[in-house]
Amino acid sequence: MTATPVLSVRGLSKNFGALVVAQAIDLDLAPGARVALIGPNGAGKTTFVNLLTGFLEPDDGTIALAGENLAGLRPEARVKRGLVRTHQISELLLDNTARDNVAIAIAEREGFAWRLLRFGKEWRRCRDEAQERLEEMEIGGIADRSVARLPYGEQRLLEIAIALSLRPRLLLLDEPAAGVPSHETEVIHQALGRMPASIAILIIEHDMDVVFRFALEIVVLVQGRVLTRGAPAAVSADPRVRAVYLGTAAL
Amino acid sequence: MRHARFSLAAIGHLVPWAIAIVYFYAAPDYLSFGTQVMIWVLFAMSLDLALGYAGILTLGHAGFFGLGAYAAGLFAIHVSPDPILGHLAAVGVAALFGAITGAMILHTSGVTFLMLTLAIVSVLSEYANQARNLTGGDDGLQGIRLDPIFGLFQFNIFGKTAYVYALIVLFGWFLFAWRIVHSPFGRSLDGIRQNPRRMRAIGTPVWWRLLAIYTISAAMAGSAGALSAHATRFVGLSVLSLLTSGIVTVALILGGTRRLYGAFLGATIYFVVQDYSAKISPFFWEFVVGGMLIATVLLLEGGLLDLGPAVLRLCDRWRARQGK
Repeated sequence: MTATPVLSVRGLSKNFGALVVAQAIDLDLAPGARVALIGPNGAGKTTFVNLLTGFLEPDDGTIALAGENLAGLRPEARVKRGLVRTHQISELLLDNTARDNVAIAIAEREGFAWRLLRFGKEWRRCRDEAQERLEEMEIGGIADRSVARLPYGEQRLLEIAIALSLRPRLLLLDEPAAGVPSHETEVIHQALGRMPASIAILIIEHDMDVVFRFALEIVVLVQGRVLTRGAPAAVSADPRVRAVYLGTAAL
Repeated sequence: MRHARFSLAAIGHLVPWAIAIVYFYAAPDYLSFGTQVMIWVLFAMSLDLALGYAGILTLGHAGFFGLGAYAAGLFAIHVSPDPILGHLAAVGVAALFGAITGAMILHTSGVTFLMLTLAIVSVLSEYANQARNLTGGDDGLQGIRLDPIFGLFQFNIFGKTAYVYALIVLFGWFLFAWRIVHSPFGRSLDGIRQNPRRMRAIGTPVWWRLLAIYTISAAMAGSAGALSAHATRFVGLSVLSLLTSGIVTVALILGGTRRLYGAFLGATIYFVVQDYSAKISPFFWEFVVGGMLIATVLLLEGGLLDLGPAVLRLCDRWRARQGK
């Protein structure tokens, strides 16, 4: 390891009363990482995402983004530093057009969002850039449509377009294919393939098809701790992982 | 077609102001009524910024209105009879109170927030009731004397000065509100109303944005209160009552939220109906207003401002059926 890791998690722990949801988790992500976080239901994946994004405070341990300790930073401050997430269930501005959903995010990134005066030119620039982000996701044609009327697959792509417009260093993709009908998942696959190489991506996903096509490495989380980390082939061959997913009887 | 619609919209923007100016010359005996309507338009517009645009569910706006009214009245009695200074002081007091109470309660939302706003306005009202030496209690604050505006325009019983003064203040606030709702700041508020989680995920400091608009809205409501104190040279305890919050909410919803003009239409209709039906029977008007509100909420999603488009849609459908 020569370069500073984009994400560096050390000894991250969290309890809800007697329930241990994160137990001394260590995780490093290098620039350009493509890592999938998997684990059975209740393994603590959502908790881990909430700890990273700052919606939960850890009981112990540190999270550093590009060397900067994130302790005590509010979720929106973490976004400003490049820690961006997408949501398992789309969180969009349904009354707005697809383009404005992205443009509002860009305005926030650029710090225009407090402006009351002389914003016309900047807002036009935000909208132009928003169009580019949509076209990267190959949904440029729906820019003027109200989000409430978009098919769910396109809403998922819009989530990703918004996240990319914030220029993330680390992108957390929370089940990007969740809720998408199977004949549309191919579009999501292709979109994931077009992600800028410089961004480190941590994908949380149940769909093993998505995981194995996208991830270069897999981290398995069980009962709040990292069971193993490795290349997809090695992880899928690991008897401990099989035991977790299928039960020991299947071996 | 697009062009024709655009110029139609431009003419539409002139309508409320044209009516206000025509009214000034056409109804010189009813100017105090017109002034009252404009004060409530401003008050409803302030609520529209908080409730309509930012989605802040509040029943505490009477607090800012009343505080502005008492501040303007007390300033005239104890500090200076200059109406402009008094108005600015009232706006400042209301804004400060909005910022402080907003900072205390804006981490909550929904029903919790609603109850807290009710609690705050109740405390204010009870304080004004008890502090008789300061506020006159339930007799109201009397003895307000004002200098002429800029030393030129004297307030009098015909209410010409108060009318023009209210119109200019309303116009100023309207331009400010228009700027806000069409700015990136306004867009982010609209986003917060729709989905706060989305806004936090793009890095929006949601709490600060809400505090900013809550303070601006409070200042605007305080300004309406100051106008009321100056126009009538009297402040009654009712400015701080829950009913005042209720009336302004009804007026806004009647006219339509999130359009700014909804406040114009709603407050005007509310007071015109109240005035006319009260002449027939003093209790009847509440029935009429209540009926109108129910009909509006049930039939017109966007308030009475939607009446025109809704009728046009019906006509289109009727014509399409005839064409078959």
